[in-house]
Amino acid sequence: MTAVGQMFALGLEVLRQLLRRPFQYRELVEQFWFVASVSILPSMLVSIPFGAVIGLELGSLTSQIGAESFDGAASVLAVVQQASPIVTTLIIAGAGGSAICADLGSRTIREEIDAMEVLGVSPVHRLVVPRVLAATSVAVLLNGMVSVVGVAGGYFFNVVMQGGTPGAYVASFAALAQLPDLWVSELKAMIFGFLAGVVASYRGLHPRGGPKGVGDSVNQSVVITFLLLFLVNAVITAVYLRIVPAKGM
Amino acid sequence: MGVQIDVQGLSKSFGRQTIWQDVSMTLPAGELSVLLGPSGTGKSVFLKCLVGLLRPEHGRIMVNGVDLCRCTESERYQLRKLFGVLFQDGALFGSITVYDNIAFPLREHTRRTEAEIRRVVHDKMELVGLAGAEHKLPGEISGGMRKRAGLARALVGDPEIILCDEPDSGLDPVRTAYLSQLLVDLNAQIDATILIVTHNISVARTVPDNLGMLYRRRLVGFGPREILLTSEEPVIAQFLGGHRHGPIGMSEEKDAVLAAAEGTWTRTLPEIVPQLEPSPGLPVRQAVRRRQERVRAMLAVGSVPR
Repeated sequence: MTAVGQMFALGLEVLRQLLRRPFQYRELVEQFWFVASVSILPSMLVSIPFGAVIGLELGSLTSQIGAESFDGAASVLAVVQQASPIVTTLIIAGAGGSAICADLGSRTIREEIDAMEVLGVSPVHRLVVPRVLAATSVAVLLNGMVSVVGVAGGYFFNVVMQGGTPGAYVASFAALAQLPDLWVSELKAMIFGFLAGVVASYRGLHPRGGPKGVGDSVNQSVVITFLLLFLVNAVITAVYLRIVPAKGM
Repeated sequence: MGVQIDVQGLSKSFGRQTIWQDVSMTLPAGELSVLLGPSGTGKSVFLKCLVGLLRPEHGRIMVNGVDLCRCTESERYQLRKLFGVLFQDGALFGSITVYDNIAFPLREHTRRTEAEIRRVVHDKMELVGLAGAEHKLPGEISGGMRKRAGLARALVGDPEIILCDEPDSGLDPVRTAYLSQLLVDLNAQIDATILIVTHNISVARTVPDNLGMLYRRRLVGFGPREILLTSEEPVIAQFLGGHRHGPIGMSEEKDAVLAAAEGTWTRTLPEIVPQLEPSPGLPVRQAVRRRQERVRAMLAVGSVPR
């Protein structure tokens, strides 16, 4: 329970320190590049089957009720609104977050964090803020790419494998999906990226019991982020569906 | 001249486990003190409490009239400027070179130009005998060099209090002797209050003006070195003698049968060995005179502990 409180406190501290000068541009760029480089390829590879599964499932269903022309519509909605932010953050947490956690964890073990604090430099400002910011912004940008790749994957499997009509697939894009779907998708990605960064940093700064503790922390940080992700996703989706009515046909 | 640290009734626990309780001691300004203790008695925890990295549950730590346990964050940051801390493994930042590590506090907290920083850093590196290792990464130098680099980094801020967490761990006896000499020389040159936490007997016997020992969750003694070195207190005598005969066992405390079986033991090592002097050419340690006056005053009122 205290851990939850401390994690929340760290999140607030990050937001507060975000405004403090001098901003650590160099660290941010390095971390941004690092998180992006480890997550671009895996997230593309994961998003193709994601889009494909949605496409195939939908395809067999819609062909039974004779609604093949809406394949594209449903696939876009599912990928953009739900699948893409989740995929993005799973990858950010799994690839970027675990590395952040391990890095901060080993620094804590080597007493570098203590030393930094004794030298009068806030580790949150110096190390955590750039990392959280990098995870957040990479998540937002990656989300766009994952959406595109996911929809393309869905298109490929629907049209090529199931013999769907290319024109109908593309034409129905806007039948169900609407612009706010994209906004909420980006918002989700942003929140998830922030959470992944904060959880990874928190676990990294508080490893339990020596070098082995760092390994456990990395493990925990990924699991905690995943659990948190599905919970927060359910809440955001519920709220979103209340605020923005689904598009009528 | 260094700053005095007053510790009163300090207790620290993690969850239900008490680390130590009711620790009271005064680290006299500008003197060298050593805190001894078997492994795992919370010596490092004590050190971290002194710099405010950990918060003890009870007690006070007075530095310059401010209670470190109860001050605001900004006061704590102010107080930390008085401290230089040498962590166990040097705690250098692994991603930047030794030079940048040592220059780090200056770049963060002062507006000095690069040229001035270079002069100060080179001074300190020479002081700890690291000249030539500027552009190596901490991973590329030996453990002893990392420690000395950590010490140099602790020194660039001109601290008035220097805390050393096991400066001897992982070093061979010769290097330990050099490091001990370095600390004594430092004290002669900058007159800072120095606390060394260790379980190395030779450091404890030769370096400090004052000696203390933590054992079984309490401070078993703290006072001028002569008194501790000749102490009849079984724990202290056993530890300083470095032998098996006494209350300290392999795990923690011995049972009575085992202690009886080992029989009694008589002191063989000379009790008081001469203290290390500063290297030739350095000024006399101011602390020696102050300490003499202090101990004489204590003797006069008959308040010498144990």
